[in-house]
Amino acid sequence: MKRELTCIICPRGCSLSVNIDGAKTCVSGNSCPNGEKYGIEECIHPTRTVTSIVRVENRENTMVSVKTARPVPKENIFDVMEIIRKTSVKAPVKIGDIILTNIYGTDIIATKDIV
Amino acid sequence: MYDVAIIGAGVIGGMVARELTKYRLSVCLLEKENDVACGASKANSGIVHGGYDPAPDTLKAKLNVIGVEKLFAAANKLNVPIKRNGSLVCAFSADEDKTVKELYERGIKNGVKGLKILSGNEARLEESNLSENVTSALLVTNAGIVCPYELTIAAVGNAMDNGAALRTNYEVTAIVKAEDGFRICSADGRQITAKYLINCAGCYADKIAELLGDKFFEIIPRAGEYMLLDKAEGKTVSHTVFQVPTKEGKGILVTPTVDGNLLTGPTALEVDSPENNETTLTGLDTVAALAKKSVPTVNFRNVITSFSGVRSSEKKGDFIIRASEKVENLIHVAAIDSPGLTSSVAIAEYTVDILKSIGAELRENPDFNGERENPHFFRTMSDEEKNEYIKAHPEYGRIVCRCEIVSEGEIRDAVKRNPPAHDIDGIKRRTRSGMGRCQGGFCSPFVAELLAEENNWPLETVTKKGKESYMFTGKL
Amino acid sequence: MIKHDIVIIGGGPAGMAAAAAAYDSGVKDVVIIDREEKLGGILKQCIHNGFGLHKLGKELTGPEYAAVYEKAVADRGIKVFYETMVTDISEGRTVTAQNSGGILKIEAKAVVLAMGCRERSRGALNIPGTRPAGVYSAGTAQKLINCMGYSVGKRVVILGSGDIGLIMARRMSLQGAKVEAVCEIMPYSGGLTRNIVQCLNDFGIPLYLSTTVAEIHGRERVEGVTVAQVDQNRRVIEETKRYIPCDTLLLSCGLIPENELTSTAGIPLSAVTSGALVDEHRQTEHEGIFACGNVLQVHDLVDYVSDEAEIAGKSAAEYVKGNLHSAVTVKTAAGNGVRYVLPQRVTVPPKEDISLFLRVTQPFGKVRYTVKSGDEVLAAAVRLKAAPGEMEKITVKAERFKNINEEITVSLEEVQ
Repeated sequence: MKRELTCIICPRGCSLSVNIDGAKTCVSGNSCPNGEKYGIEECIHPTRTVTSIVRVENRENTMVSVKTARPVPKENIFDVMEIIRKTSVKAPVKIGDIILTNIYGTDIIATKDIV
Repeated sequence: MYDVAIIGAGVIGGMVARELTKYRLSVCLLEKENDVACGASKANSGIVHGGYDPAPDTLKAKLNVIGVEKLFAAANKLNVPIKRNGSLVCAFSADEDKTVKELYERGIKNGVKGLKILSGNEARLEESNLSENVTSALLVTNAGIVCPYELTIAAVGNAMDNGAALRTNYEVTAIVKAEDGFRICSADGRQITAKYLINCAGCYADKIAELLGDKFFEIIPRAGEYMLLDKAEGKTVSHTVFQVPTKEGKGILVTPTVDGNLLTGPTALEVDSPENNETTLTGLDTVAALAKKSVPTVNFRNVITSFSGVRSSEKKGDFIIRASEKVENLIHVAAIDSPGLTSSVAIAEYTVDILKSIGAELRENPDFNGERENPHFFRTMSDEEKNEYIKAHPEYGRIVCRCEIVSEGEIRDAVKRNPPAHDIDGIKRRTRSGMGRCQGGFCSPFVAELLAEENNWPLETVTKKGKESYMFTGKL
Repeated sequence: MIKHDIVIIGGGPAGMAAAAAAYDSGVKDVVIIDREEKLGGILKQCIHNGFGLHKLGKELTGPEYAAVYEKAVADRGIKVFYETMVTDISEGRTVTAQNSGGILKIEAKAVVLAMGCRERSRGALNIPGTRPAGVYSAGTAQKLINCMGYSVGKRVVILGSGDIGLIMARRMSLQGAKVEAVCEIMPYSGGLTRNIVQCLNDFGIPLYLSTTVAEIHGRERVEGVTVAQVDQNRRVIEETKRYIPCDTLLLSCGLIPENELTSTAGIPLSAVTSGALVDEHRQTEHEGIFACGNVLQVHDLVDYVSDEAEIAGKSAAEYVKGNLHSAVTVKTAAGNGVRYVLPQRVTVPPKEDISLFLRVTQPFGKVRYTVKSGDEVLAAAVRLKAAPGEMEKITVKAERFKNINEEITVSLEEVQ
């Protein structure tokens, strides 16, 4: 199997060629080792970091931004969103606070301070 | 039971209401939209016309010429910015030079003072960015500029301050004439009664007449498209620059506005419905091309918005202001297209005279106060005055609209003062928040929050301009 | 009248980085004036990740990136005037500002302009049609959703494929809206390729190039838009018009540096960047007034904003210390394939190497950039591709500027 991809690891956006032949994989076009890793993973088991927002109950019209601490399987993005959507928190919140644990193998953490 | 009901809260309805509150009358203004000044009064050139244009012996000629000074006086009392910047009507050929002469003579006949014919070069001395192709121009020194929706808001606000009532979202769908007066019903099931009825319904005036079986005229809706430019272009011209009317139309004007922007337009296109106020590619292209004909340096890269206003014309071409011949106690004030804004105060006085002539008892209202507090008092202050004022009123220190420098205090005022703003566009027309170069990109979320807070509404119910113009589709 | 050594106007990424750099260069009396109640500017609403790889070596979300610099400002004890709006800068560097405490007048030894940019509005784009609710600039929608928590539409068309438009296509999809299309009037996208992949392709959103919104429909709320292809002159091709029902139109059609204060102060601007004309210190043509970030030139990556702001902040400090003397400069110019070069003038000879920032006029494959003064080649660089959406940087060694007195031109040629 051969696939042409654009690497999304950094703004450079290298054009990758990934060749998977059984257990043998070969990535070309990448400018760094991260690109090689991305190319293989994207073909076998694509993942994405999901970022979203959670309502802050005790603050008017205020949301705290959150993200998955590690990327989650791409096919579960909307499942993760649905879980986040049902969540709310109370201020104060600090960057890095764990909002939800063990969501598709990772945590949902706050990315903004709410005093 | 009101003494007088007025249908339509445009500049005419507003000025008539204000005029009526000078007397001991209970007055109710009925408006189908969420705010006043939502029809032709919000989207026109904002010009105080000198009076050279209407054919002599028409109502237009009469009310325009006496209306100019009346409008200046009323605007000053209402604290509405108005400026006598003068206008130039430009000719571009020997044929058009003749038209300039005709306009001059017509103006003299109409009793307009301060008219002067200039050669092309003299015109360019008055207005340095004028095209080299201008061959002559009529200088109209008494002409000016005013903001039409601010004038309307002020007129209605002052009428309300003097006791008039305003009902918005009141779309009149039925009128029953009984012995003691009119029962006027709205689409949403409300009704009021009034002894006298004044039809100031603009583009819908013939529909209102029809409801009473008195449709003796037909309104022709005519759309005019405009482009408004950034304040950076506001000094391109100082006069209002017209072109002489030709077979193709009345021509496109280039004018500064009282707020310091540059306005170009309008086109003139008959449309099927008064609701047809969309802009078109052809219309906007026409405006740009013709504006450049008069003033080649207009920089259309600095357009900040474009809009279209629908004016109410009638085939005979004159205003229709008279008591109904069929229905007792009914007055029509219809077909008020240009120079309607200029004539608005004169029209209001003329209408009240008719009301008197059909038997209304007019006793002076000793409590009438024709002055309205300046809503822009804050922005006219010096830094020292502002500093003092903010110390007592901190909400005036917090800027919400960065392009037009509008403070939270001014926005809260607009929700509280007569006539109160109910939506984002209402705030914009009263305070200029969102009227600037970013067109509300930065301030609209804050304005929505302030509107919701002042009215105790959930934020998601805030609208742009009432009805179904919702801003949000839910809370996340 | 109060006095401060350095006044920084704007507390977004540029203002924060400039403040910290000025402080670290030895001028401790630095203040930031910001319109909002919290530092960070637009980063506060950019909740997506992808920030910081270049500058901080890790991938962060916008608020996290802002927090790094917010902490830098706080750690240095730099004073911030919050919810304060600058209304005027005089030629003598008196800054007038306003907040709920009153009117402030600050006499500054140096000023750093870091006001950022605004989005091009529907009005400026002059899209014909009705004027209903539901037409938002992408950034406004981003704020309403990400900071305030309100959805702005269910069925969306996006005009403009700049990064904000792409990011918002993904955000609207994640929040449950259907994004019908992203239309781009140019024959190429203005955004980063990675964003087309992860924001459009991941969600099956079509991108239509050489396509614009020809008309907006709906009286009260948007009911649909007419989209159409455009010809080479970007004029609508009538027979390609088609109607897309939707309740929302998001506009992501370019950013305009907010230089109204700059213009009022009489500081000359570039017609191409819409930002001030600067030298390599990011000093404008008014001595002691510096500019950086999106108010100077619209950047595609915040990391480069921080870099630029550090130059401006450090230079402002050097100016205050009396180390920045007026010197002989030569102008830079955009040659073949290059839209602009910044800085627009450089000191000769400079004390340090100078990085020239530029954007190209259209997408290219492999290119070779050449920096020349007269016939002398000062630097050359080869890149695998070039796109207008991606800012390019070419560094010229300080010693190469020796004996230079002719305009410095950067041009490109395609190579095999």
